[in-house]
Amino acid sequence: MTPTAHPLAPDVRMVSTRDLVWLIAALALVILPHTLRAPWWLTLLTLCLYAWRFYYSLNRVPLPSRWLVIAVAAVAMLGVWVEYRTLFGRQPGILLLMLFSGLKLLETRSHRDATAAAFLGYFLIITNFLYTQSIPTALLMGAALFTITATLVGFSAPNRAPRANLRTATVLLAHAAPAALVLFLLFPRAQGPLWGLPQDAYSALTGLSETMAPGNISSLAQSDAIAFRAEFEGELPPQPLRYWRGPVMWDFDGRTWRMGSPFLSTFEPPSGGRATYRYAVVLEPHNHNWLFALETAASLPENARYTEDGLILGRTLVRGRLRYEISSMIAPTSDVEEHPNLLRRAQLLPAGFNPKAVALAAQWRAAARSDDDVLSRAITFLRQGGYAYTLEPPLLGPDSVDEFLFVTKAGFCEHFSSAFVFLMRAAGVPARVVTGYQGGDLNPFDRIITVRQSDAHAWAEVFIRSRGWLRVDPTAAAVPGRIESGIARAVPETQQPLIMRPELEWLRGLRYQWEAAAHKWNVWVLGYNPERQRDLMSYIGVRDADWRSLTATLFTVLGIMTLLLLLWSLRRLARPDPVQRAWRAFCLKLAAHGVERTPSEGPRDYAARAARALPSARRPILTIAGLYISLRYGPQVTAGRVTQLRRLVRELRLT
Amino acid sequence: MIAGLLDRNPRFANWLYGFKPPEHGTIILVHRRVYILPARMGVLFGATLALLLIGSINYALALGFALTFFLAGMGLVGMVHTARNLARIGVSAGRAEAVFAGESMQFRLYLDGRARFDRPAILARHLGSGAQFVVDIPALGIAEVVLDAPAQRRGWMPIGRVLLETRFPLGMFRAWSYVEPDARCLVYPKPERTPLPPPSAESAVGALRSQAAGNDDFSGLRTYQLSDSPRHVAWKAVARSDGMFTKQFTGEAAAELWLDWRLLPAALGLEQRLSRLAGWVISAERGGAHYGLRLPGVEIAPGRGHVHAAACLEALALYQPS
Repeated sequence: MTPTAHPLAPDVRMVSTRDLVWLIAALALVILPHTLRAPWWLTLLTLCLYAWRFYYSLNRVPLPSRWLVIAVAAVAMLGVWVEYRTLFGRQPGILLLMLFSGLKLLETRSHRDATAAAFLGYFLIITNFLYTQSIPTALLMGAALFTITATLVGFSAPNRAPRANLRTATVLLAHAAPAALVLFLLFPRAQGPLWGLPQDAYSALTGLSETMAPGNISSLAQSDAIAFRAEFEGELPPQPLRYWRGPVMWDFDGRTWRMGSPFLSTFEPPSGGRATYRYAVVLEPHNHNWLFALETAASLPENARYTEDGLILGRTLVRGRLRYEISSMIAPTSDVEEHPNLLRRAQLLPAGFNPKAVALAAQWRAAARSDDDVLSRAITFLRQGGYAYTLEPPLLGPDSVDEFLFVTKAGFCEHFSSAFVFLMRAAGVPARVVTGYQGGDLNPFDRIITVRQSDAHAWAEVFIRSRGWLRVDPTAAAVPGRIESGIARAVPETQQPLIMRPELEWLRGLRYQWEAAAHKWNVWVLGYNPERQRDLMSYIGVRDADWRSLTATLFTVLGIMTLLLLLWSLRRLARPDPVQRAWRAFCLKLAAHGVERTPSEGPRDYAARAARALPSARRPILTIAGLYISLRYGPQVTAGRVTQLRRLVRELRLT
Repeated sequence: MIAGLLDRNPRFANWLYGFKPPEHGTIILVHRRVYILPARMGVLFGATLALLLIGSINYALALGFALTFFLAGMGLVGMVHTARNLARIGVSAGRAEAVFAGESMQFRLYLDGRARFDRPAILARHLGSGAQFVVDIPALGIAEVVLDAPAQRRGWMPIGRVLLETRFPLGMFRAWSYVEPDARCLVYPKPERTPLPPPSAESAVGALRSQAAGNDDFSGLRTYQLSDSPRHVAWKAVARSDGMFTKQFTGEAAAELWLDWRLLPAALGLEQRLSRLAGWVISAERGGAHYGLRLPGVEIAPGRGHVHAAACLEALALYQPS
């Protein structure tokens, strides 16, 4: 229409120093967690770019030329490439985004650029969630969300006091919360990645692996990370029964045990056991497809498969927190049948290793009448051998079993189980190593058992012809305290993680509460998935909800909410002040008795005329008018006098 | 394109905007009159949301979903807040001082917030001239908007259509409304500076001295008024005391000057005649003369002072040849 610039259009309004301070603060808040992961020089560079832009603004000099910005970007990208050898992985990609936030600031002149930078800030928030979605992260990012929003409000109202803008941002977010909740619950959720993820997407996950070598589990045992949580219906299994079975190791090369490729088999529920426990497991992502269950699984989770050696496999790799329901039976009657090939595989040993252990096993075999006898000799040997349990075992040479059994005599569960299975196989008894977790921490607040990586354990299973596969825990035989009271009593205090030391009782209490909250968070917020969505929909009466019914429900609810908000805001506008309302009611009452106010008539004249026309109500009419005039035009309005006016109008009786 | 269409079809525009101009009294921007559409930043925001959603689905990020939905909810709420920022404002027009053609009319609008919250960053734009003004209306308060528009012709000039717009609070939506209040500005003819006509034969009483002579006849000092010419300020007297003083001159008080249409050369067109007469009125008033105005069918008796000058100029502004 006209060539004049539009003063509200963001591309013509220049950013002020105040806007810039807000923007930089918001961006700094967003990249704060990234600075812990980024190389130090990149963090420093990004902060320098922020500071550089701020310097430009303070000194009111023109911004650097585009070429300089491009040069800085090129150098930084080269640096990232040198660091990661790629620009397209998850970590390098995120770091580049972080860097671009600084570069974007350097070319920010108008509010349009600044708004784009703020949107980049919103996007950077989500990159933090790729690493962790814990409650502290959520809180910090909530603060960042708030700051960016306040920044945006500041852009659109440059002359307003920052406090007023903060209030507006608060109101906006508070009003957005119900809509966000509805969207979160009802937005049709698609499962799984839309396309292939970068190679390094899951590299940071920890847990048991397909192999077991000396040192694997003991390094895992120093990690405080949670492996899974189990929530039992009814009674809890006592500590010594909490063997959470995982990968089974069959093949030994003298140093490393491997599980080999698992053979699938059909699952047959066991019978005759002592007790059955029903529970739900919330498994942390570990980038493998096996699931953990208390020994022995009595039912399988949905869609799970079962292997010949009793491992439960999920449908896909566990890359997100997974919840499944399962039940287990303690000590069922075991299957005495086993495939001869498997039994043969369970007796294989690499030739030429550990001669002393082989000789010892041969000696037991010669003296023993049965496999049972060999087994009890081995257990006695371990129990009386004076072995020590330590998280920092001495390094072992090629004959690792010999060295452990006869020289160092100190080790972790992997040393005990490895040596025991070796001895059994050398004596001709089929045996295998089982890895998994033992124990778990009961949280007294929500009765959930938390199993950490530090509970990682390895034990053995031997096959006795009349009794089938039997669990033998050589660590328990050698160091009984490990199983009965957990790792805390078994290793010297100085080796324990800080939190496990007994003198920090109060700290542990605090931690239990925190973990109960974190578990709820995991299950209800992070674990909300399509199945839960369907449950919710059937709860509100929509069976077999698909994306169509979800979308319909979503739009209906959102539409109603928007309408309510609109009505609320209009109503808030439409309401005149109480004094005016009372006066209007008064005029209506008088008009009903024939004294209508003419538009040009002031309150004093009108009241005088009404008092003449209705002499019986002369006094109240004049009082009301006087009160109204003093409230409307007088210097001070007190709540008491407003109430008095309303009461007088209400009580006015005209005849 | 649409704007051009609306300009050419005022009746269609009236139907579309839902009011018939000009509107009398205080105009309330009821919600029916407030329009809202996403601004360009809103489109960019939508694109950001789409990216966030795709990222959340791809990486199965529960908090990513939460963030996306929070922002989506905020966009929705922001829309309502943007509409609310404009809804139910009361617009009333103030008096516009008369100006000469070629000068700038100053239309005053009063925006009454009529709400317990403040309404920041409201743009008023005069569609005719493109003049714009951004105001913040305080809570329970009124803000004044001054819109400049060039006065191109003499006569009553209506304010025309005014756009009110806001993008507060997030800049993602643009809410706007049109008003056309009952405000007008009187535009006098553009004055043409020519020497005053000689006192005519009809100016019976006394003789008019020349303007220069009248200015020389010092009669005393009075306090300075804003309208006084700086040439008449008694600078010496000002230097001696705190106040400002103006030198008063007396011309021949009784001298009568008729500014007559018929005195003008016959070759002049209507507007030129009016311009010249307007210039005479100003000169005569400044000179302190006792003057009257005669137009075909209009006669204003001799007088002096601001009110008299304004009456003369108004007659010139509104003169229509019969």
